[in-house]
Amino acid sequence: MTDDTALLELRDVGKRYGPVIALADVSTAVRAGQVTCVLGDNGAGKSTVISLLSGVHRPDSGEILLDGAPMRFAGPRDALAAGIATVYQDLALVPLMSVWRNFFLGQEPTKRFGPIRRLDVRTARSVARTELRGMGIDLRDVDQPVGTLSGGERQAVAIARAVYFGARVLILDEPTSALGVKQAGTVLRHIAAARDRGLAVVFVTHNPHHAHPVGDRFLVLKRGRSLGDHTKGELSREDLTRLMAGGDELDELATELDRP
Amino acid sequence: MSAPAVRDERVAADHPVRRFLVRPELGALIGAVVVFVFFAVLSSTFRSAAGVANWLDPASTLGIMAVAVALLMIGGEFDLSAGVLTGTTGLAVTILATHFGLNVWLAVLLSLVLALAVGLANGYVVTRTKLPSFIVTLGMFLVLQGLNLGVTKLLTGNVLVGGLVGRSGFGSAHLVFASSVVLGGTYFKVSIVWWLVLTVLATLVLLRTRFGNWVFAVGGDAKAARNVGVPATRTTMVLFATTATAAWLVGTMTALRNTSAQADAGVGDELTFIVAAVIGGCLLTGGFGSAVGASLGALIFGMTSVGIVYAGWDADWYKLFLGAMLLLAVFANQFVRRYAERRRRS
Repeated sequence: MTDDTALLELRDVGKRYGPVIALADVSTAVRAGQVTCVLGDNGAGKSTVISLLSGVHRPDSGEILLDGAPMRFAGPRDALAAGIATVYQDLALVPLMSVWRNFFLGQEPTKRFGPIRRLDVRTARSVARTELRGMGIDLRDVDQPVGTLSGGERQAVAIARAVYFGARVLILDEPTSALGVKQAGTVLRHIAAARDRGLAVVFVTHNPHHAHPVGDRFLVLKRGRSLGDHTKGELSREDLTRLMAGGDELDELATELDRP
Repeated sequence: MSAPAVRDERVAADHPVRRFLVRPELGALIGAVVVFVFFAVLSSTFRSAAGVANWLDPASTLGIMAVAVALLMIGGEFDLSAGVLTGTTGLAVTILATHFGLNVWLAVLLSLVLALAVGLANGYVVTRTKLPSFIVTLGMFLVLQGLNLGVTKLLTGNVLVGGLVGRSGFGSAHLVFASSVVLGGTYFKVSIVWWLVLTVLATLVLLRTRFGNWVFAVGGDAKAARNVGVPATRTTMVLFATTATAAWLVGTMTALRNTSAQADAGVGDELTFIVAAVIGGCLLTGGFGSAVGASLGALIFGMTSVGIVYAGWDADWYKLFLGAMLLLAVFANQFVRRYAERRRRS
């Protein structure tokens, strides 16, 4: 199911914003058909990892390897052209527009009609419906405004769009954070569906309970440093939770909060 | 390979009536029918062929503007300079053809260049500074109002410029922009043809082209649109150029029809355009609306302005009637939008 060279690899990557060290000596790998989870509390450096992978910023030290070769993205367009799609928390969906119009926004299919190029509405509708079904959601009507969809369904639209437009690496920024338990579960299923289609998924989250069931590899960050880069076999969910919460700190907290 | 599709069992199939109800032009359609029936019952002249031609005339020039303004509003911007620009372009045509003795067609062409310059200036300032277009175009409105009066008085010493008749090219230009078409013995203004063609064209562009998709996206959520690669700045620029072009068309029509232009023409009309677009279902916040709706809004205006006179009432009641229509339309739009957007709880 996976081949051995990583699709995307971070090697001893560091990033500073002025005097602030946002990231130092972080390494991890993302393979096709696998999910790499990036975990950490607020301010741990998760957003910095996303901005480096998606080409928004460039690392100050270390290197990013794409298909085993060092890569320097000049900007997000380069990353996108290399097949790295990022689904941000705001999802880049327009609520008042229909599902199919959102799905193809900016990359609308057209049909020649004499000298004019007109929107190929029939294709757009049917592709949007098929692709969403492939993600496991069956919308009654792809003409309904995206604003009427639930949070999980919107995530699915954004993910399905990235997959359809040729993403090889899918970066998901906190896709479950604003969702209820059931909706979050649905999104995890979408992540698994994308993985099964052979995509390399980078799942950024602060929730180990969401990361552990779907992840193959876990990079845990704390204050810009790596607390370890583990495969699933090396780490139980309890280990992951403990690692994320800062191990001993959590024990101290438990003691402190314990009723006498 | 793919997960099994899950259908939410709590949601009933979408009712066709509901799909019809969420169309933006529905309110304006009902309004237009009610207004028509109302005046048609009151006055037999109103429902005669000559009467129809009479109220289609003001509806047509207003409709051309309302359609362009609706596109701009769907794109999330306002143009308060559109009304006075119809005056500016009409003055430009008249002054260039009479005071400077240019061929009328050349004057019309130069007037278009002037209009495009104004529209692109509006668009440039709005997209560059990110200031609200409401303020930017309000500034342009005052600038043009001052220029119209100042330049006209300076060049001609008068606030009314006349004498277009008989200038070279006037005959053919009048035929294209200001003549009448005979249909079953009744004279219909050619502006009605322009209006209908432009409404159809605007609707096709909005719903069936990539550019139309971008207009909705830029007005609905400019940041999201930009993030998926929509050229938002270019879209906004084109929309401002479109309202300016519409103002040029209407200004040219009015000048050729009257064979003269007034220095204070068009002032105050900009709000009428916006009202017609809003009655037609455009949201003030952008991202939603329709060209057909804006045309229906203009039709309501045309029928009311002429119908009140036919019914033998004082024309002073016109504004009151329109104010009430506007408020009703806004309430209806709000209701329809809530209904359309009603989110399924999860």
